Amino acid sequence: MSILSDPRWSEALGHLPDYLGNHVRVSVTALALGLAVSLPLAILSRHRPVLRAALLGIASVVQTVPGLALLALFYPLLLALAALSLSWFGVSFSAFGFLPSVLALALYSMLPVLRNTITGLQGVDAALLEAAQGVGMTPRQSLFTVELPLALPVMMAGIRTAAVWVIGTATLSTPIGQTSLGNYIFAGLQTQNWVFVLFGCLAAAALALAVDQLLALIEDGLRLRSRLRIALGAVAIASLVVATLLPAIGRSSASYAVGAKTFTEQYVLSALIRQRLQAAGLAASSREGLGSNVIFDALAANDIDVYIDYSGTLWANQFHHSDIKPRETVLAELKTTLAAQNITLLGQLGFENAYALVMPRKRAEQLGIRTVADLASRAPAMSVAADYEFFSRPEWAGLRKVYGLSFRAQRQMQPDFMYAAVASGEVDVIAGYTSDGLIAKYDLVVLDDVRHAIPPYDAMVLLAPKRAGDNKLRNALQPLLGKINIATMREANLRAAGNDATSSPDAVAKWLSEKIGLK
Amino acid sequence: MPAPLISYANVAKTFDDGRVVAVDDVSLDVAEGEFLAIVGGSGSGKTTLLRLANRLIEADRGTITVEGEDIGSVDPIGLRRRIGYVFQNGGLFPHIAVAGNIGITPKLLGTPADEIAARVDELLDLVRLDRERHRDRLPHELSGGQRQRVGVARALAARPRIVLMDEPFGALDPLTRDALGDDFRALHDKLGLTTVMITHDMTEAILLADRIAVMRGGKLLAEGTPAGLSNRGDAYVDELLNTPRRQAERLGALLPRHGAA
Repeated sequence: MSILSDPRWSEALGHLPDYLGNHVRVSVTALALGLAVSLPLAILSRHRPVLRAALLGIASVVQTVPGLALLALFYPLLLALAALSLSWFGVSFSAFGFLPSVLALALYSMLPVLRNTITGLQGVDAALLEAAQGVGMTPRQSLFTVELPLALPVMMAGIRTAAVWVIGTATLSTPIGQTSLGNYIFAGLQTQNWVFVLFGCLAAAALALAVDQLLALIEDGLRLRSRLRIALGAVAIASLVVATLLPAIGRSSASYAVGAKTFTEQYVLSALIRQRLQAAGLAASSREGLGSNVIFDALAANDIDVYIDYSGTLWANQFHHSDIKPRETVLAELKTTLAAQNITLLGQLGFENAYALVMPRKRAEQLGIRTVADLASRAPAMSVAADYEFFSRPEWAGLRKVYGLSFRAQRQMQPDFMYAAVASGEVDVIAGYTSDGLIAKYDLVVLDDVRHAIPPYDAMVLLAPKRAGDNKLRNALQPLLGKINIATMREANLRAAGNDATSSPDAVAKWLSEKIGLK
Repeated sequence: MPAPLISYANVAKTFDDGRVVAVDDVSLDVAEGEFLAIVGGSGSGKTTLLRLANRLIEADRGTITVEGEDIGSVDPIGLRRRIGYVFQNGGLFPHIAVAGNIGITPKLLGTPADEIAARVDELLDLVRLDRERHRDRLPHELSGGQRQRVGVARALAARPRIVLMDEPFGALDPLTRDALGDDFRALHDKLGLTTVMITHDMTEAILLADRIAVMRGGKLLAEGTPAGLSNRGDAYVDELLNTPRRQAERLGALLPRHGAA
């Protein structure tokens, strides 16, 4: 099958109005906000060297913060602000998705605009400033008839740079709940759907180029005093915004938002939930690729309605327990703790997706390693790899404490690559996920956690506070509870890890539905 | 004698917190209709003295009156709009066409557009630039001499009684410079202007001005007509006057009177 006739292209195209629309909305708003703040500040600071140095310093520091981190930081910040505003003024706002993305991206756009505006204004010949004064201009007239027009080419270069940066960086707003072209990239990366990754990159690049060229048209118009060019550019940008707003107006706000974290299983399960809801006649949409620290708060704040989490994750990460208790105790305690926050623990799906140390079966047999305890004496000569969060999670601390584990080297990598890495011997051990289909595919073995250093990780359905009494939702999801065993989930995950048309989360979710006897 | 149109009385100006004395206790009157040249080397304070008159620079001490008013108590913006100013290299706004540059001060004064357009054409004639060919050009499309003609037209646009000129012909080639100097002197007489021109070139001052003021180290060293200055007995002033005189004599001897021999 040729790459262009791959049905995933048309699937990707189907998401385009939604993803592109959201992407344009968040980028344009952020850029407008960034300009509205940066331009006056730059103009204000042109005769104030201290303010100028401070502004450029702050903007430069912001620029050194990686885009993803900047976006992620705004979420807890706004969450705290929203809580404050609720307790002080009785009004709350959503700290999820749009708002933090706009604020972070606006901040990100400031450096090129500030720097180029300041440089452009400083570059205006002092003799011309004097001439402007000499012919009788007020400072304001001098600014608008002489300084800004002369600084314009440099300023526009800054604005264009900012626009390209914002549009590029907006792809990173997916993990904090803002739908964007990044949804293609995050989903594609997780499910090894390279068509999606490519599509997302191309769409973002095309959008950035288009906006850049339209701004260039406006710049030419301003420089050549051509009203036609200015009008064409402005109308094109305005119609881009309007066109992307239209699909959003038609969308029902009553639809259920199904959350998904950033890995394959989550994409499949959220597709499954969405299909169940749609089968029950309920409108549903996915909010995919959410960071695991963001998703729980988003549910608690009613920004999403339902998602799947794992008992051990909540136990250790969300509620900061460091002790490991038996499965039933953990579930019971979680239910109580969640109920206190009005979150409904609807039930378990029937499988566990725990962290586990995994190595190639043959190598394990050669070395006589069957349990984590057996591994401990060999570990100092071995290297271990895990996903980006594992080494800072309590499970890792627990493993090291309980078994005295200490590896020669530890590496972080993209979860989908680490199974291949351990199979090829590039690393010796990985911290894998027990429900991952790749364990069987690469003939790997899960080492027994004989001393229970890792808590149980039952997959469970959580409902947002506002959906607590929603019986339609409950009835639609009830048939899933207890139906998905570990073997089924592994097979589903393995299917989803494939790289063809039958491996899309939707297709796998359909297969899963049939497999567990649902229509 | 009529009241002077511009009058400096004990004016002083320092820069860098008093470390640089630019103008040191200068008193000087410019009569209505007079063409005054201020001559001096770099750092003599001549440019500062000129800019004090339209408050591009504010004086530290002393009083300056223009048309009988103490300029310290008038709005500097309005003051500048009624005084023409010709800048060293034209000072034309590079992004604005010739007509826009010339009409800038009337526009700031709120003159209707059609009146400005008529005035621009009138001024182009006055500074001897072709209306059709030059009106819509941008400054970089003009020669140095044409740019300075536009600069003069701009200074005259709002019909000022006073024109201040900051080394207006310094950067031009000798022929253009000569022609432009003569043209401006003719305009000065025709329009009844009061002109203060700065130059470092004594020859230019002698040839154009009614009266010459010599500045050195921030002080007004001497002032008078070219003839009056020459028997003042000041060594520096004598040296300034002797150079053009010697040059004229040598040129007279070197050049045959009627073309090539």
